[in-house]
Amino acid sequence: MNYSPANIKIWSRLGSCGAYGMAAMELPAVNDDIVVLTADLKFYSCLVRFSGKYPDKFYNLGIAEQNMVGVAAGMAKEGLVPFASTYATFASMRCADQVRVNMGYMNLNIKLVGLTAGYSVGILGPTHMSIEDIAVMRSIPNITILSPADCTETVKATEAAARMDGPVYLRLTGSLNNPIVYERDYDFEIGKAISLREGSDVAILATGTMVYQSLLAAKLLEEQGISVSVTDVHTIKPLDEEAVKNACETRLVVTAEEHSTLGGLGSAVAEVLSSLPDAPEQMMIGIRDRYPHAASYEFLLEQEGLTGRTIADKIYQKYQEI
Amino acid sequence: MNTLYRKQFMTDDKKEQMWLCKKASVDMRKDIIEMTYSAEGTGAHAGGALSMVEIMAVLYLAVMKYDPNNPMWAQRDRLVLSKGHGCMALYAALKQIGVLTDLTTFKKNETQLYAHPSLNMEIGIECSSGSLGMGLSFGVGQALALKKKNNPAHVYVILGDGECDEGSVWESAMSASHFKLDNLTAVIDKNHLQYDGETDEILSLGSLEEKWKAFGWDVYKADGHSVEELFEVLSVGSSRPKAVIADTVKGKGVSFMENNPAWHNASLSAQNYEKAMREQEEAYNELLTS
Repeated sequence: MNYSPANIKIWSRLGSCGAYGMAAMELPAVNDDIVVLTADLKFYSCLVRFSGKYPDKFYNLGIAEQNMVGVAAGMAKEGLVPFASTYATFASMRCADQVRVNMGYMNLNIKLVGLTAGYSVGILGPTHMSIEDIAVMRSIPNITILSPADCTETVKATEAAARMDGPVYLRLTGSLNNPIVYERDYDFEIGKAISLREGSDVAILATGTMVYQSLLAAKLLEEQGISVSVTDVHTIKPLDEEAVKNACETRLVVTAEEHSTLGGLGSAVAEVLSSLPDAPEQMMIGIRDRYPHAASYEFLLEQEGLTGRTIADKIYQKYQEI
Repeated sequence: MNTLYRKQFMTDDKKEQMWLCKKASVDMRKDIIEMTYSAEGTGAHAGGALSMVEIMAVLYLAVMKYDPNNPMWAQRDRLVLSKGHGCMALYAALKQIGVLTDLTTFKKNETQLYAHPSLNMEIGIECSSGSLGMGLSFGVGQALALKKKNNPAHVYVILGDGECDEGSVWESAMSASHFKLDNLTAVIDKNHLQYDGETDEILSLGSLEEKWKAFGWDVYKADGHSVEELFEVLSVGSSRPKAVIADTVKGKGVSFMENNPAWHNASLSAQNYEKAMREQEEAYNELLTS
């Protein structure tokens, strides 16, 4: 992969789906056994170029997600490395049992790509919002869950998934013109969270799009005299427990995710904190346990308090109370 | 016949081979009865295992290219047991060809022989199953991968008729013909019963034959307890995915289990165990005189 400033800008403009499609172009160079599957989302997954260049490595399974995961399993059993993409909500829930048996139980080397996780296509209504997928995937043994912070990290995570042996769920949040967190090449290692900003009062452990928003929040809070660290938890499972322990050096641990506060990163961090003596208080920033009315991405993020400004306000208030 | 599977037989004579398949079927039924009895109070899925005995015997002994000494042989024909609850027939067949020797651990703690098959290539288990409706997708994926790798192996997927209630079966059926998988055969063990009763009553399947045809498959029907008929339809080449609808009797070969939905999953008393085994001896004696 070429992490040039120009590519990083292009990926950002294309959004996470586009970045995945661009990354896919490079996958055959990583491993010739890689094949790419989709469930009638060739255009949405930005796989048109891939299917043109590698027609013998591309399989469109139609609107049949359960079959897509099963077919990927049979392929993986025979030594191919399938990347299969569909909307996150269908990837994690329409075919949850296929995911469980094939990726969990049989531990087959399938890379399942969940597009438009969170609220990015919220205007299409709750059927297309994916606010439960981390919770579902996290409870299934053997599955590595990657949740990149921006489009550069989407490319990094796609490449890393291709290089690792084992089932991966790649959760893509954000939309077109995804804000850039990583402006240049960097080291990405599955299971190792990345500290993006130091701070001594509050520690934010963020994932997906909330990494950028948390960086904005940290800046705003700094102006209020609160020193805030931000860590990119791009791997939700296995969770980087060291990163969680480091966050405990502050007075407040905040988790931020574009996902329900039930079962997501917040829960994963809470599971670690609950076993630590004298752990600081935790504040979970995420999506409330409900389905909102259909609305634009920006509207829903604002309504749910998932923007830099609203995250800063919530943390500021909480910090005054402790 | 390929030497790798001819070694299952010491003879080239077709008639004798079919007789050996019948003999194996009797032995497999005994093994299934033994396993069911050994499962004691928890019982076992005897009905759906007994209905597919001849299917498994013919596939493993006479049709599939398979090296019992090397279950991981790259060019082996693959068998996916989608109706996982019928696994006693799979274990019994693997014993017939010598991949398995000991079936006494069936359903015991820490066994490799679960009540639903668990992927384990060392003992010839190609795929985990138990959740119905998934095996055909798996087989489609294997068949696609084999084609991509220019591997001549064939994939056989065994489904139940009740299992065909699952929508995912039809998703995969559609994809198999779309991808022109002439290296894939589905055998439907049509034993007419599911857990709650007759398939026609629980959820009518209509004409399975017409359904598979409509999904773009070459369809063959066979008496699922006639090794000759099964061998014939399974040996026919096809340019499309092939479905064999094997008409069977649930619980076949044990009088009190035949066509009895209670034997989907049940336990065997000592008295019934004796009776069931006696019936196999009778079947064997009948075979000797045939």
